[in-house]
Amino acid sequence: MTSATVAVRETTYREAMRDALREALAEDERVFLMGEDVGRYGGCFAVSLGLLEEFGPERVRDTPLSESGFVGAGVGAAIAGMRPIVEIMTVNFSLLALDQILNNAATLQHMSGGQVHVPLVIRMTTGAGRQLAAQHSHSLEGWYAHIPGIKVLAPATLEDARGMLGPALEDPDPVLLFEHGTLYNASGPLAEDAGPVDIQRAVVRRQGRDLTLISYGGSLPKTLAAAETLAADGIEAEVVDLRVLRPLDDATFTESVRRTHRAVVVDEGWRSGSLSAEVSARITEQCFYDLDSPVLRVCSAEVPMPYARHLEEAALPQPEAIVAAARAVVG
Amino acid sequence: MTAKQTPKGTRAAAHRSDLLRQMTRIRVFEERCVELYSAGKIRGFLHVAVGEEAVAVGVMQALTADDAIVSTYREHGHALARGVPMDAVMAEMFGKATGCSRGRGGSMHLFDVDHRFYGGNAIVAGGLPLAIGLALADKMRARPAVTVCFFGDGAYAEGEFHECVNLAALWQLPVLFACENNLYAMGTALERAQAETDLALRAASYGLASWPVDGMDVLAVEKAARHAVDRIRGGGGPCFLELRTYRFRAHSMYDPERYRDKAEVARWRERDPIELLARQLTETGELATDAREAMAAELATEVEAAVTTAEEAPLEPVEDLTRFVLSEVGP
Repeated sequence: MTSATVAVRETTYREAMRDALREALAEDERVFLMGEDVGRYGGCFAVSLGLLEEFGPERVRDTPLSESGFVGAGVGAAIAGMRPIVEIMTVNFSLLALDQILNNAATLQHMSGGQVHVPLVIRMTTGAGRQLAAQHSHSLEGWYAHIPGIKVLAPATLEDARGMLGPALEDPDPVLLFEHGTLYNASGPLAEDAGPVDIQRAVVRRQGRDLTLISYGGSLPKTLAAAETLAADGIEAEVVDLRVLRPLDDATFTESVRRTHRAVVVDEGWRSGSLSAEVSARITEQCFYDLDSPVLRVCSAEVPMPYARHLEEAALPQPEAIVAAARAVVG
Repeated sequence: MTAKQTPKGTRAAAHRSDLLRQMTRIRVFEERCVELYSAGKIRGFLHVAVGEEAVAVGVMQALTADDAIVSTYREHGHALARGVPMDAVMAEMFGKATGCSRGRGGSMHLFDVDHRFYGGNAIVAGGLPLAIGLALADKMRARPAVTVCFFGDGAYAEGEFHECVNLAALWQLPVLFACENNLYAMGTALERAQAETDLALRAASYGLASWPVDGMDVLAVEKAARHAVDRIRGGGGPCFLELRTYRFRAHSMYDPERYRDKAEVARWRERDPIELLARQLTETGELATDAREAMAAELATEVEAAVTTAEEAPLEPVEDLTRFVLSEVGP
């Protein structure tokens, strides 16, 4: 084997994302990063720390607290030939820019009869688990996955944190990257030469024969932990990481469900009208006669995210609930 | 020897005559659209700018082909004055495949990227962030272009407006803010929406050059726009023009105009920008009565030809419904 020749180093999700940003800025002078405190502060979650010193204030551009203004500016700059990366601190703040994301970024190409293209990347933090309460913790990527005209990615691994940004920038259409806040400190080995990854397909993260657990983003580590617990009891769960929330890669998860005949969808969004509902519906539409059990879902409790640790933990999908749902479908 | 008999004087007279022609062309086009709407040929919302022609025509005189325009849902005049072909605009009103947005935009969303005409935006103030981005890209790439952003007095009530005027001033972007103050945001009078109604004064508070202009006097509008654009192109930062104008017709075709007096409309009609200029040119002997009649006849012929062309144009095939949601080719 030649694997010994592949250099590997210990890194974090945050550093992997920073490396991706640094590479994008170095390789293409049309690329610039813009957002609140991305420059002198180093990024709210320190993702862009050091990039201002390396690339200067034109290309690592601090903005006032004007989400709609600077997200829309990213749309305009993309139309005019730049490759902007706009950072929004959290998904809750992105609602202030929803007009620009939906009414402009996602819509201009169609509304102009194909004349206007918006090669824009928007990055934002999503999700709970850090006791940040109800205005910094929600998982609204499912809402964005509802919108035609944009692509929605959820990197959950070091490889994806390192490798999704490049292809997102090469994409001629708007791409939203949702970075789960609990993943930034995730660490592990990453190949020194880690580079672009596919941004079309879901990926099977763990193989199994007895049921399919479908998840993404911050719920992926919990789902993999649940799969290990199940394995100790002789239940082999296959784990699919959706990765691409729009357009959904039905083929990967339905192929898995056709083999395992059982599925549980794990989604940190609220259950009603959620991405998990969409995945479940597609399984039912496409695999109904292959199913040996109803599709179950593990989602966040339908409350605004509370502050207290025990309440927040109770509101979120946890490995125990995933294990329980898996046991219920396996029967 | 009168001034117009010198070569320079002749050119200036020809230019004034062209301004009259352009304003009349917009008027004839829009009045015909109103008839076509009543006849059921044009549907959706139709917002005409009858009375506001001097703003569109005057501002466009200051621009070159490299400059960009972002407009509103009341943008037929802007598009025509910019040089978007009348056939393509009329076909768009008819929802035809030959329309400037291939039948996907309609009256409110005219686009022509070849003329750097980035659309009618139907979200009030929603176009301002786009203009910021277009100008940012031009500035970052050291292109000498100016972006003109049209919007109405209603935009003052939106947060996006304030975010964007600040951003333009903060970043010294080459933007000309062209505020069409027609005194009404749909049916809400300016003084019912704003405690301070001196819009030029308020814009100046953001740290940019700003002044009011008689928006019924095309020569005054042109002069102001040229001054502003020269200043912006010379690196003087963004400018703001409050163009004081008036909409003679209803807001849209569904508006019974309960919110304003007929006497008020009549008073403003006395300052009709087309009649104002025609009177001036007649008094100086630059415009003969038969020349004006010939102009009207020629324009009516042009509009009728556009109507016929639009009527005969093909519809976009339904099979192409989902085109232009995502790009079909790379950037």
